[in-house]
Amino acid sequence: MRKSVNLRSFLTASWLGWQIESNWTDPFLFATYSIIKPVAGAAILVLMYSIVTQGNFASPVFAYLYLGNAFYQYVPAVLTGVSWTIIDDREHYRTLKYIYTAPVNIPFYLFGRAVAKFIVGTFSVVITIAAGVLFLNVPLDWSRVDWPLFLIALFLGILMLALGGLILAGITLMTARHSYYIGDVVAGGLFLFTGAIFPLEVLPAWLRPVGYLLPITYWLELIRRSLVGAVAEAFPTFTSLSNADLLIILLISSLVFGVASIFIFRYCDHQARERGLIDQTTNY
Amino acid sequence: MSLFPPIEHKRSGWQLFLMTVIGRSYPRVVGMQRERSWMFFDVFLPLLSVAAYVFVYRAIGAPEDYVGFVVVGGAMTAFWMNVLWSMSSQLYWEKEQGNLALYIISPAPMMAILLGMAVGGLFATLLRAIAIIAVGSLIFEVTYAVSSFWQLIAVFSLSMIALYGLGMMTASIFLLLSREAWHLANLAMEPVYLVSGMYFPVKNMGFWAAAAASVIPLTLGLDAMRQLVFASGPSLGFLSVETEIIVLILLSVVFVTAARFLLAYIERLAVREGRLTENRR
Repeated sequence: MRKSVNLRSFLTASWLGWQIESNWTDPFLFATYSIIKPVAGAAILVLMYSIVTQGNFASPVFAYLYLGNAFYQYVPAVLTGVSWTIIDDREHYRTLKYIYTAPVNIPFYLFGRAVAKFIVGTFSVVITIAAGVLFLNVPLDWSRVDWPLFLIALFLGILMLALGGLILAGITLMTARHSYYIGDVVAGGLFLFTGAIFPLEVLPAWLRPVGYLLPITYWLELIRRSLVGAVAEAFPTFTSLSNADLLIILLISSLVFGVASIFIFRYCDHQARERGLIDQTTNY
Repeated sequence: MSLFPPIEHKRSGWQLFLMTVIGRSYPRVVGMQRERSWMFFDVFLPLLSVAAYVFVYRAIGAPEDYVGFVVVGGAMTAFWMNVLWSMSSQLYWEKEQGNLALYIISPAPMMAILLGMAVGGLFATLLRAIAIIAVGSLIFEVTYAVSSFWQLIAVFSLSMIALYGLGMMTASIFLLLSREAWHLANLAMEPVYLVSGMYFPVKNMGFWAAAAASVIPLTLGLDAMRQLVFASGPSLGFLSVETEIIVLILLSVVFVTAARFLLAYIERLAVREGRLTENRR
């Protein structure tokens, strides 16, 4: 196992990513930083909801959007974790060319670098959910949580997001450094289609198919069902589908997504090498 | 024999300032023409993000003016992003790349370099803001009831002056920072969206919270703009438009003046402590 290039690439990159992500400050400031951002993001939605509904937090709509938003934090975290590594290593640390010449499996290295953001993201999700349960009456009963379903869905979802990040990493190899995190922007765009903060029925009929094509939609539905089944049942989007159906859809769509991501990354990687973009710096 | 012709006309004073602004904004505008992927990532995708907040309001049955609030707020986020990533933290990036030392040893004033960054970045930012306003208004059928066009122009202009003044001020602080600059800029996104009322009327946060948030020019700028362009705006406004204009004038003067002094002071400090070229990685 220790000789496996893939595993070694992954573990070393995980350690490196964690150092980069966390050692810029002391642990207290790092923890504060990790709390403020997600709590502020959730507070925007809570305030929007509370202003319009006069604070009716008992409605299933609130639990739906709150939990969807909480778990959606994994999307930008993992997408950015994988894809930003290209910019970070290529233009900030200028080490990407050395990594390419080292005995490293690049996709596994990129996945490893995302582990730190995944850990911080998990911290954010836990904090957000805890705040919801403690202060906003989010109806989460730990004894009624379907843990096997939750863990399987979470694992599949993170894997699917990491593969999505690989697609973005490939695209990033071929583009300049812009003034934003590509993963964050893509996650912001997908926020609309995945039913994270409102049921898909709210979207115009012509936009809904986009949501049905995205594995993230099924992943979030499974997460909601495993945590608060009653809330998920209050919305008609997937009532005709059982948990097993949703898991199969998530699995198949993740597989398709995974295969596509490998091919897209390989193509972009080849193009970047052909055009001499592996060590480019873009600073405008 | 010299490779370069002798400089016959050396610019100084305001001419040097102006040429520096043009010189620093030029690569931004040209860079965007050469690398058009930003159109998709910087204009189209943020538009979808704004749409998501619109549908949240639709899902919970909010009054239609709230949809307009989100569209206008979403457009204004572009300017905050620009100040944060293309001005404040840009100096940290320039330091890492080695450009900062070149800026300092050149005769060009740093204020002009920062202004050039702002002007160049504004090109993309304006496009993004206009796209969000135009497409958002069209798709979501936002109806505007502009009560005073001149006040609207004044509020927008003052908000931009104060905001970019704040950007220049924070950029000078970022001169001293290292890797934490990136994280601090990242931290100033969602919390600022929250306290400046990007997606809801800031009045709802309560008087003192809204008053404290007014230090960020977007808070009052956005509040005043909403009061001026929406029928229900005045009833949901935090302070009267006239008061907000006066506060924005004060913020503009304070931030631009403070930026000038702070930049000069921190540049001296950074030179003395040898932090302009440090690269702690």
